[in-house]
Amino acid sequence: MTETDLEELRRGTDLVKRGFARMQKGGVIMDVVNAKQARIAEDCGAVAVMSLEAVPADIRKRGGVARMADPAALTEILDEVSIPVMGKARIGHTKEAEILQAKGADMVDESEVLTPADDDYHIDKRDFTAPFVCGARNLPEALRRIDEGAAMIRTKGEAGTGDVNQAVTHQRAIKGAIRELDGMAYEERERWAREHGAPRDLAHETAEMGRLPVVNFAAGGIATPADAALMMHHGCDGIFVGSGIFGAENPEAMGTAIVEAVNNWDDPERLSEIATNVGKGMKGQSNADMPEEEKLQGRGV
Amino acid sequence: MGRKIGVIAVQGNVSEHVAAIERAADAVGMSVSVVEIREAGHVPDCDALALPGGESTTISRLLGMEGIDAEIVDHVAAGKPVLATCAGLIVASRDARDDRVDTLGVVDAVVDRNAFGRQVDSFEAGLDVGGLDDPFHAVFIRAPVVDEVGPDVEVLATWEDRPVAIRDGPVVATSFHPELTDDNRIHRLALFDPLRASASA
Repeated sequence: MTETDLEELRRGTDLVKRGFARMQKGGVIMDVVNAKQARIAEDCGAVAVMSLEAVPADIRKRGGVARMADPAALTEILDEVSIPVMGKARIGHTKEAEILQAKGADMVDESEVLTPADDDYHIDKRDFTAPFVCGARNLPEALRRIDEGAAMIRTKGEAGTGDVNQAVTHQRAIKGAIRELDGMAYEERERWAREHGAPRDLAHETAEMGRLPVVNFAAGGIATPADAALMMHHGCDGIFVGSGIFGAENPEAMGTAIVEAVNNWDDPERLSEIATNVGKGMKGQSNADMPEEEKLQGRGV
Repeated sequence: MGRKIGVIAVQGNVSEHVAAIERAADAVGMSVSVVEIREAGHVPDCDALALPGGESTTISRLLGMEGIDAEIVDHVAAGKPVLATCAGLIVASRDARDDRVDTLGVVDAVVDRNAFGRQVDSFEAGLDVGGLDDPFHAVFIRAPVVDEVGPDVEVLATWEDRPVAIRDGPVVATSFHPELTDDNRIHRLALFDPLRASASA
C-alpha cells in the first residue's frame, strides 16, 4: 500500500454514513433488551438490532424518565451477534450519543421514545463518525434532521402502541409533501422551505430526487407481518419493529414472518401464507383512544 | 434484442445497483433491461446478475427460503457473469467461517466477515484495481476481506496486502461498494465486458 492511499482514507463521511443506512434497505431492525433477544432477532433474519433498556410498550407502562440503556447491555449484544447493533440516545443528549459511539454502536437512534434531554435542539450529528437515525412526522421535520446530519429517517409513528395508524399518517405526509414539492417551481419551493422551517437546499434536492436523500424507514406501532407489508406498500425502504416482536405470543414466529413479509410485500398470495399461524400479536393500545399528553411523537420536532 | 440483467433484491442496496447498471449500459451503448429478483424463477432468464451488499445473514437466509440460491449456482456454472459486492461477496464465497451464513461456493475464496471492524471503522479511499487505468474510489462499509483464495482466482485489488476485489471465472467480487459512487467502471468490467465479448464471439 502506498502513502497516498493512507492519506486518502476517510471515515465518518456522509457517503460512508448514508451508505451504511442503505445496506439496511429491505430489512427489518428489531428492538432487543438483552443478548438472548438479539440472538433470536438475528436467527429470524433481522438486518440489525436496536439495543434499549425496555421496549417502548414497557416504557409507557413504567413511566418515569427513560434514558440510554447501560452500555454493558450494548457490549453484551455486540458480542452475541454479527449483524449491526444500534443504540438509543435521548433527543439532544450529545453525551449519551458519544458513549454509544465509543462503545461501538453501529448507528445511534436519537429517539423520542426516550425522555428528551433538550427541549430546543437536537444533537449536532455532523461531527460524529457513527451514523444517526431520527424520527419524523412530516417532510420539514425530516429535512431538519438530515440537515443536522441524520443518515436515516424513520417515521415516528406512535411507539409502543402496536397501532400502525400514526406510522401510516407520517409516511403519507412525507410522501405527499415530496410529490407536492416535485410539482413546484423553484421560487415556490423556496417559499415552501421558508414557511415550513425546512432547509432550502435539501428541499430542492428532495424535489429533484423525488424522494428523501437518505433512507426512509417505517417505525412506531408496527406489530404484524401485514403492518410491515403495508409500510413497504407506502414506499418505506425498510422496517423497525419495537415491542411487536418480543411483545408477541411467539417472538420467533412473529420475527421470521415479518422479515419474510417485507420481502414479499407485493405478493398477496405469499403474504397470506406468511401471515398465517404466527400466534397472537402484542396487545397494544389504539392511537385514537390515547390522551394527547401520553403521545411520544410530539417530542423533538 | 437487449440483454437482461438481474439484481438480487431480497435485501440490501438494490436500487443503487440498478442505477449503476443503467449508467454502465449507457456508457457502453448497450441496451439492457434490469430486473429486481425477490423470488425463484427469474434468474434463469438473466444474462448477468448483481448480488448487492446488505446483511449477509439476512440475504443468505432469504435466498435459501425463496429457492434462489440454487439458481445462482446454475447461472455461474453456465459461465454467465456475476458482480457480487460486500455481503454479496460473503454469500458467494466458499466459506465465510460462520454457520449463520450459507455460502453459495461460486467463488473459491474464504472470507473474513466485518474484517475492518464496526461501522465507525468504515471508510472511503482510492484503490488501484487490476483492469482499470486509474484508481477507483472505493467505499468500504463494515466490509469483509478475502483471507484465502483458490489457485484459479485472480486478485484484482488489495488493501493492506489483503484481497478486496477478486475474479473467479465469470464472477467478480468486491469487498467495497462500486454502486455507491457515479463511477461505473467496475460494473462495466464485471458485467458488460463479458456480455460484449460473448455477443461478438
